[in-house]
Amino acid sequence: MAVITYREALNQALAEEMERDPDVFLMGEEVGVYNGAYKVSKGLLEKFGEMRVVDTPITELGFAGLGVGAAMTGVRPVIEFMTWNFAILAFDQIFNSAAKMRSMSGGQFKMPITFRGPTGAALQLAAQHSQALESQVAHYPGVKVVVPGTPADAKGLLKAAIRDDDPVCVFEGEMLYNLKGEVPEDDDFIIPLGVADLKRQGSDVSIITHGKMIHVALQAAAQLEKNGIDAEVLDLRSLRPLDTDAILATVAKTNRVVLLEEGWAFGGITATIAALIQEEAFDYLDAPVLRVTQADVPMPYAKAMERAAKPSVEMVIQKVNQVLYR
Amino acid sequence: MADENTQEIAHAEDQAPEAAVQEAAPDREAMTAEKPALSDEERLQGLESEKLRKMMYDMLLARRFEEKVAEAYALGKIGGFCHLYIGQEAVAVGAIHAQTPDDYVMTAYREHVHALQCGVTPGAVMAELYGRADGCSKGKGGSMHMFDAEKNYLGGHGIVGGQIPLALGVAWKIKYRQEERVIQVYCGEAAVNQGAFHESLNMAALWKVPMILIVENNRFGMGTAWERASSLYDIYQKATAYAMPSAVADGMDVLDMYRVTKEAVDRARAGGGPTLIEARTYRFVGHSMSDPVSGVYRTKEDVEKEKGNDPIRIFADLLARQNILSQEELEQMDEEVKRVSEESADFAEKSPEPAVDELYTEIYATEDVNGRLYFDGRR
Repeated sequence: MAVITYREALNQALAEEMERDPDVFLMGEEVGVYNGAYKVSKGLLEKFGEMRVVDTPITELGFAGLGVGAAMTGVRPVIEFMTWNFAILAFDQIFNSAAKMRSMSGGQFKMPITFRGPTGAALQLAAQHSQALESQVAHYPGVKVVVPGTPADAKGLLKAAIRDDDPVCVFEGEMLYNLKGEVPEDDDFIIPLGVADLKRQGSDVSIITHGKMIHVALQAAAQLEKNGIDAEVLDLRSLRPLDTDAILATVAKTNRVVLLEEGWAFGGITATIAALIQEEAFDYLDAPVLRVTQADVPMPYAKAMERAAKPSVEMVIQKVNQVLYR
Repeated sequence: MADENTQEIAHAEDQAPEAAVQEAAPDREAMTAEKPALSDEERLQGLESEKLRKMMYDMLLARRFEEKVAEAYALGKIGGFCHLYIGQEAVAVGAIHAQTPDDYVMTAYREHVHALQCGVTPGAVMAELYGRADGCSKGKGGSMHMFDAEKNYLGGHGIVGGQIPLALGVAWKIKYRQEERVIQVYCGEAAVNQGAFHESLNMAALWKVPMILIVENNRFGMGTAWERASSLYDIYQKATAYAMPSAVADGMDVLDMYRVTKEAVDRARAGGGPTLIEARTYRFVGHSMSDPVSGVYRTKEDVEKEKGNDPIRIFADLLARQNILSQEELEQMDEEVKRVSEESADFAEKSPEPAVDELYTEIYATEDVNGRLYFDGRR
């Protein structure tokens, strides 16, 4: 296995899938000549030409809809949003068109489209550029949502997304693009949607999370270990479909749960999972399910305020101690 | 598409239509007079009698079918929002005759006639309206979401202007695959104020894709007169902002629709890119079944005056004058389309309701996935 960055892993996934299938094309702002705002598409224009790596005007609603119409008639667009924050302008086309085309046509149209881009807060980008929007997107039946937290997951999930016949929204981590990790070199390396991954085995408490937050959870687990607490970290990887078997299994194993997400609490991913656990695994619980989320405020700019608003290792440790009644 | 509730309707007919009084309303006749008056021969464009008769048949069917729909709606056989095309028939009939069945059509929610014109059977359209299993969207779409992939009929979209970027994508696909096809996409004049319209025009012209955008200007976005909604009256002029060819067509004249659209289709097929067509038309019915024909935003007299410009009458007179279709033949044709419309309702009536246990089908490509797709705890 090669050690590459999350960015390179995504680049490989795109290049391999475009090589494999001439119907796959990449479209978005700055994906071509500029090599991608985050350099994910570096070198692809040179390799595949301008019909397949398409620089768009700044027109998110328009090119998202373009992708949906193209997918409806048989090609496989990968639509890059410079960040998911800007995709809010395109949500009409994702929610009203992509998510519903198969259903409202009585199953006549496939929707093999991938929407991708970074989610969540980076550093001091303030309110409009710091939102983790995966919970909002996963709300809609008809779409699929994946949130890779490592280079290997990024490559395997993006390849699976591109090959899928449903609209798949890939939420990448803006702060993860430089993260290095081992990635299999096989051209057919796929991570199936809907399969969670135990990033750390443990027996005392389960921390269930996804995306960038798996690193917060792993750091918390490492510190907890020093205090004799053995935490399990479950990385959901895919939010819809959701690996509910893996969730229920870890609850049954540790009987104590802390849920962690980068986004807001109201209607969040953690809210859905907390509901699921109390509905289907109530008898396994030895403590209430607790959550760590972003502060329920628009993200402020000032450094100290931003730090206070984001979920932290300390907050996770505190909640773990609470569910352990320590 | 939001709609008024039905409670105020009973009285709406009698209200003083203050909003309909447009002091500075542009003179519609003066505008259409921009086009040179053509002789009958020029209007007929050398089209074969058979094609002309088919156009007449299609317009008549559209009219009688929609009347049948209105009747079924009044009887409670059809639910939801239902937007009729009566008065506007020349637009879709003329324009769709100007392309081939291999080309695509996409439109908004006033769509029953576009579906018929693409070859979706009257029975399948009516069954969809009835919410039955034999509907063209298996009863899952309804009046606003009809589709037929085999007929290249791509819907049926309910968010004003939302279909325009989708059609741009189809046009992009045609270019990507180097096909010799085109797409016609329709929107109402009110959709022109949506961002989706402008974003799509820009990219369509920038990339020269084979898209013909037909704006059906029936002069009211629901109850808002066009001149109360746009700073610019002439919609076709909006194309100049995107360096795109555009034209005005008389939407009450099926042959003018055919001529103007054919020119755009030929240009698009030859690689000349998109065209914006403003079709000036009028709906003789309310915005939807819950909106009266006249009332707060237009007077009974307005509508009656426009009905003097009935596209079916205009075309029938021409065909009679030119000995292409006699009054007697027209009446026979009318009987035929009434029968077809009746039969479509019978077909819909007999079609079964879709099985409720298919609620969770056709949401995703396959239900055979890892993990859970639905979270309602019902399955």
